[in-house]
Amino acid sequence: MIRSVFDSLASLKLTIGLLCAGTVLVFAGTLAQVDMGLYAAQNAYFRSLLVYWGPQGATWKIPILPGGYLVGSLMVLNLTASLIKTFEFSRAHFGLMLSHGGVILLLIGQLATDMLAVESHMRLGQGRPSNYSENGRDNELVLVDITDPKQDKVVSIPEGRLAQGGRITDSGMPFTLRVLEYQRNSTVGFQMGGGGGSVTNGVAAFLRFQKEAPVTKLEARDIPAAAIEVLNGEKSVGAWWVSGWVEEAQLAQSIANQAGPAVKRLLEQPQTFQSGGRTWRIALRPMRFYKPFSLELVKFTHKKYSGTEIPKDFSSRVRLRRPDTGESREVLIYMNNPLRYAGETFYQSGYDENDPSITILQVVRNPGWLTPYLACGLVSVGLVYHFIMHLLNFTALRRKR
Amino acid sequence: MKKWIPWIAVLVMAGWVISTLSPGHPSAYRIREFGKLPVLLNGRVQPFDSMARNALLQIRGRQTVPATNGTLSATEWLLEAMTKAEEADGRKVFRVDNGELLALLKLPENQKYYAFNDLTNGLAELDREGKRIGEIEQANRTVFEKQLMMLFNKLALYHRLKNVLQYEGAQSFGQELEDYVKVIPAGVQAEKARSENKPYDKAAFDKLISYLSHYDFMNRLSYAMILPPSEPGQGRDKWSGAGQHLMDVVHGGELHPVMRYYANIATSFERNDPAEFAKSVVEYRVWMEQRGLTAELAKGSREFRYNDLQAFYKALVIYVLALVLACLSWINGAETLRRSSYYLIVLALILHTVGIIFRMVLEGRPPVTNLYSSAVFIGWGAAVLGLILERMFKDGIGCVAASAIGFTTLIIAHHLSLGGDTMEMLRAVLDTNFWLATHVVTVTLGYSATFMAGFLAILYIIRGVLTRTLTTETAQALTRMVYGILCFALLFSFVGTVLGGIWADQSWGRFWGWDPKENGALIIVLWNAAILHARWSGVVRERGLMNMAIFGNIVTSFSWFGVNMLGIGLHSYGFMDAAFFWLMAFIASQLALIGLGCLPLSRWMSFRDAPRPTP
Repeated sequence: MIRSVFDSLASLKLTIGLLCAGTVLVFAGTLAQVDMGLYAAQNAYFRSLLVYWGPQGATWKIPILPGGYLVGSLMVLNLTASLIKTFEFSRAHFGLMLSHGGVILLLIGQLATDMLAVESHMRLGQGRPSNYSENGRDNELVLVDITDPKQDKVVSIPEGRLAQGGRITDSGMPFTLRVLEYQRNSTVGFQMGGGGGSVTNGVAAFLRFQKEAPVTKLEARDIPAAAIEVLNGEKSVGAWWVSGWVEEAQLAQSIANQAGPAVKRLLEQPQTFQSGGRTWRIALRPMRFYKPFSLELVKFTHKKYSGTEIPKDFSSRVRLRRPDTGESREVLIYMNNPLRYAGETFYQSGYDENDPSITILQVVRNPGWLTPYLACGLVSVGLVYHFIMHLLNFTALRRKR
Repeated sequence: MKKWIPWIAVLVMAGWVISTLSPGHPSAYRIREFGKLPVLLNGRVQPFDSMARNALLQIRGRQTVPATNGTLSATEWLLEAMTKAEEADGRKVFRVDNGELLALLKLPENQKYYAFNDLTNGLAELDREGKRIGEIEQANRTVFEKQLMMLFNKLALYHRLKNVLQYEGAQSFGQELEDYVKVIPAGVQAEKARSENKPYDKAAFDKLISYLSHYDFMNRLSYAMILPPSEPGQGRDKWSGAGQHLMDVVHGGELHPVMRYYANIATSFERNDPAEFAKSVVEYRVWMEQRGLTAELAKGSREFRYNDLQAFYKALVIYVLALVLACLSWINGAETLRRSSYYLIVLALILHTVGIIFRMVLEGRPPVTNLYSSAVFIGWGAAVLGLILERMFKDGIGCVAASAIGFTTLIIAHHLSLGGDTMEMLRAVLDTNFWLATHVVTVTLGYSATFMAGFLAILYIIRGVLTRTLTTETAQALTRMVYGILCFALLFSFVGTVLGGIWADQSWGRFWGWDPKENGALIIVLWNAAILHARWSGVVRERGLMNMAIFGNIVTSFSWFGVNMLGIGLHSYGFMDAAFFWLMAFIASQLALIGLGCLPLSRWMSFRDAPRPTP
């Protein structure tokens, strides 16, 4: 029994089936990006065991294709099994062993990357050191105890929890939260006197949030909004609208630009409430990753080719400071030349369109980043070796004839 | 005698190539000298000749304009547009194909090209429609709207060209400039007095304003920057346009000396004074040399020679000839024809290689930087592979494959060049010769090899089904070729794809992002691996291998062109409608061939009489 399972796992027919399935999957997943957007299509096709399909509007769905996780893991099993089965230390086999070993490494490395890698970005302006990066896609509802001006106490609630709705409790909060409304993506309108909803505190006095369809384009992102009620036992303390539109500097700036300086001042005031004799701030913002060091922009260079809009050169000179080691030095980050530091890599990604003096760095933590380099080397050497052997045999054979 | 025929064929074609390089008539010589002068356009220094050819390709789809006595070169046409607009307006250069558009402009349908003068009646209509369509997203435009937009853009480009050297309708521009410089002090003073409500010199004021309105017009239409930096030490890319410079002069500062040379060039060409024209061109060159702008002058001359050589066009012609000879050699089995074809392909490949190297030197880049150069390079790779096969097997198959793919890819490249400058500057992220030289070149060679395998498979099917020429020996030879080429294709596409991932890791922080272009490359790898494993396991034999290899053509064309049409992702070049049609046609043709290959062997002409047990 085990023997036959092993044999079918090691079979070449399975290999061919998987390669064909992979071809179809990648093709379908690429086409699906047009309608679903890059991110959603990736999750549905490549970060899944099965790809489901159902007619539009129907509630049922059937699996139609194996997903990326399934094809990838079966490939790893298939390759490993066949390597074990056919293992033979000979000159003829050496190239194939090497290249297949490289493919296994590549696949495992990518599965690991997929599960472990964390992407975020960092916005840096001159003279403003920053010690955190933000996730562009995931947000968090934060409740910050700001009573002590020296030290903030933060309770973070992931956005996914808001989507579930209902009541939220946390041991760090002496109160309960109730999600009145949650919008994964929103637009905002300016309206003095409020939007007519039940919530009128804070920014709700002059802003109205409206639900918007989630974005599909790669470069666009969702700006969430939510109405949250704070409850002391069963007694309402009040309700607030929280949103990236209010919390993120460049978005708030865009509202202020339309509505004028008075609104700008209102937006700068944090939304706070009192509970148990302490002052709390409530906000919905991109999820943050704090670091034991800070980066400060020294100089951002952004050149274009003369007379065109084609970017020629992006580079950020930043100062890296680490209080616990006393490290303080300048580094230059530019296209194709990232900074690798403390297990993370900082790439020049772009700049703020509203404020071109602000540079944006992409921050990636990926423990498996080296595997493709190794895998590529193994496979290349293996294939070159194997094909050259073949070619030599072939020409020798022709010469004999 | 027969031994010499291939050499004679090569000599004749080589003679043709060389003969096209002579400058010809002295008037042509002077125009050529002007064509070498550098300007700054699209962020790069290029000669007037490139500007003229690219503009004419965009407007007319050709690099020359037919005239009553012979043809006008692109530069000559450009000079005419810049200095003698009334003559240029009569040249039939605007290509309009769409029937609805012709009806809108009330144009007769019996011609392909129309002159600016033919279009003047419809200009208001075009302008109105163009503004409306400009608001619509590209993908949502109808065929008519797209065609109208194309004509609209051609007219806009033509309009801008006419105002590069001087504004349209200027008379004795050099004289006017001297006059302008003289009137500035009085005019500026008059303006100042007028704004302070004091009495002012109305004549000087009016004169200055009238000049400025012309120059402002030029500035708003600015296209190429023709004035080099007068202090090259302060930055060599600080070129300026004529309009912009003339507007700046009013704030103090001197008239750029080059402006005078250009004004003389314009006036002397307009008045048909060749001696004065040549003199001004030489004076300008001397000025450039004195300022140390020799690199720019040299770049202009080099790129001029590259354009003039038209290496890819000539290679294309020779490939066609070689293809015809190789096909004929199959029909009558003549070795002389096969050898002639082989030698001609070598000649074409030399030209093809010279063209690629010339481009690399001009750009200071590896061979593939954009879609255009990828087409040129895929053809080059396939031609090299084809020649190697021909050397090994000597049966004409390599010749047919090399010449057919070389010719087709160069045709594709020609159509891609109609979009404009093919040596555009690279965005910051692509600005790395290391990755362009490794990842891009390897992936493109992977495309070449996959296409080559697919093409050989097509030969197998066509010869097998439709002719009696697919002998067992030929069939086996083709199988070995396809197999070997596929091994090569897998190696290059795999290594190229992984290198691309590593580049992405270096610049965006992720090895793999499921971007359409990345996926396209991955599909080629997966499919090539699938074919080879299917062959090794015996799941497919000769015929199955061939059908799978033909499917590889579809996979590769999707990766090369199809993903650019999805209009999403970091790699996309923009939507290409005509290309989309051809891609679909190509895919349909490949599916038809696979269908042909699936016919039972009893229907195959080659096997009908002597069916083999297990092909």
